[in-house]
Amino acid sequence: MAKHSLRWVALAYVTLLLLLPLGLVTWRTFEHGLSPVIDALTTSEAGHAFQVTAVVSVLAVVLNTVFGVTASVLLVRHEFPGRRLLNAAIDLPIAVSPVVVGLALILVYGKFEPIGRWLDHRGIGIIYAVPGMVLATVFVSLPLVVRAVAPVLEEIGTDQEQAARTLGASGFQTFRRITLPAIRAAVGYGVVLSLARCIGEFGAVAVVSGRIVGQTQTATLFVQERFENFDQPAAYAASFTLAMTAVVALVLTRYLRLKGQR
Amino acid sequence: MSIIVRNVTKRFGDFVALDDVSVDIPSGSLTALLGPSGGGKSTLLRIIAGLEQPDSGTVVIDGSDATGTPVQSRNVGFVFQHYAAFKHMTVFKNVAFGLEIRKWPKDKARARVMELLELVHLEQFAERYPAQLSGGQRQRMALARALAVEPGVLLLDEPFGALDAQVRQELRRWLRRLHDQVHVTTLFVTHDQEEALEVADSIAVIAGGTVQQVGPPDELYDAPANDFVMSFLGPVTRLGGEVVRPHDIDLVATPGPDTVEATVVRVVRLGFEIRVDLLIEGEEAWVQLTRSTAERLTLTDGATVYARRAAVTVATAGA
Repeated sequence: MAKHSLRWVALAYVTLLLLLPLGLVTWRTFEHGLSPVIDALTTSEAGHAFQVTAVVSVLAVVLNTVFGVTASVLLVRHEFPGRRLLNAAIDLPIAVSPVVVGLALILVYGKFEPIGRWLDHRGIGIIYAVPGMVLATVFVSLPLVVRAVAPVLEEIGTDQEQAARTLGASGFQTFRRITLPAIRAAVGYGVVLSLARCIGEFGAVAVVSGRIVGQTQTATLFVQERFENFDQPAAYAASFTLAMTAVVALVLTRYLRLKGQR
Repeated sequence: MSIIVRNVTKRFGDFVALDDVSVDIPSGSLTALLGPSGGGKSTLLRIIAGLEQPDSGTVVIDGSDATGTPVQSRNVGFVFQHYAAFKHMTVFKNVAFGLEIRKWPKDKARARVMELLELVHLEQFAERYPAQLSGGQRQRMALARALAVEPGVLLLDEPFGALDAQVRQELRRWLRRLHDQVHVTTLFVTHDQEEALEVADSIAVIAGGTVQQVGPPDELYDAPANDFVMSFLGPVTRLGGEVVRPHDIDLVATPGPDTVEATVVRVVRLGFEIRVDLLIEGEEAWVQLTRSTAERLTLTDGATVYARRAAVTVATAGA
């Protein structure tokens, strides 16, 4: 009996928190058929917002993949002073609120701060522009690739790499031909997870972007702005699109996980 | 190619893995580094390969100092206990790896790989992945991979340690035959004295970070340098305060000038071999007899027999 009641609690929990809201968004989106949805998503504003999201997310994911793989190799394969500190620092973005991240970035890169002013004089705008949004997104998704790759790197051990070295491979050749293929599935898992996180980012981006419609507005900012302006059809349509992207990402990560286990 | 290790010391923190170790491996030999685990034999092998750096001392391979040479330039073949198979590559690709790194032309590399796969009897498995092979097959693949690049020396770290007893037996004999064919200077680490005695031309016993004795198997067995080597290379028991091999004790029915009285405690039959546990002057001892010898005596529990040392295998130093 206890087992059954637990099941019901779990099911109710998931239904109330996840399935019902998502179901309602879907229902509201298609309430009046398909054409209003297509209309809402094909406005230049909506198109631009999704484009900004795509650019920011892809750049952030590329940066975090390079950083994540490098940091994983450093953390797992090397002993150096400050290793524990780096390891702890990587998890920081999980604990820190994205809004705080955004504010902190403004404090460093804002036009009236030393570094920001120096960059501004050279024609590089960070805050209220794409670079700042990429930085904010990189920050919030920092641990995802590292935490996907590091355990796999640990698990495969050093035997294969050492064998490659004795066969004449240099450090880089060993990394490219032995290490990278072995962690490929884990990297893919981390990338998809980061991508989903980046696409959904709201708080940090809201602070550093300035929410300029048609310029620095991302898809999530678009949803909020449309909703506040009583344009529910556009808000629901964009929300539905974001939710579907997340579902696709989820399916992909499951697939990559299975592949990694083989 | 010969290997000369001179005064090598290696510490891991406070632990001294190797303490001023010197050993010469003659060109073309098949040598076993034998010793208990934690004794430093694997560390020595890894230092020779360049996978570890010694704190002091030198490693000379084929007449030139290799101590500072990075692992990828030493031209050593290394075989790991757990195969270290490249899991994402086929058997063919695994064996071809070293040749690809050395930029061998494709057709020449292919011929070399197939030649080696034939040598290790895996030519049928060229397109398989390591996961589709048994442990023994994987280790043969790893051996082919190491030999493909024509290494100056072949180093094997407990190569059969992860295999079950029967496969281990088979691969031992096979390694011996392979070495007779290929003649590459080979050094293998093992903690199994039977394996060392069966396969190697020469054995270096390493324990406590130092070399205890180096020599041909017979010499080590018949004239061990100390009690440790003696007890590590074969079974031992005590008779009259001395360490002796249990098959070097004769049992007779009547007392003689050089015998001591012994009481039979237990008789164990292990096929052809009979093992007799004795009590001699209050001390426990045991004797290994052949079946025919045992049948000439009345060996029942509690019976009295007379023991005598037959042959002379005693440690030459320190008893």
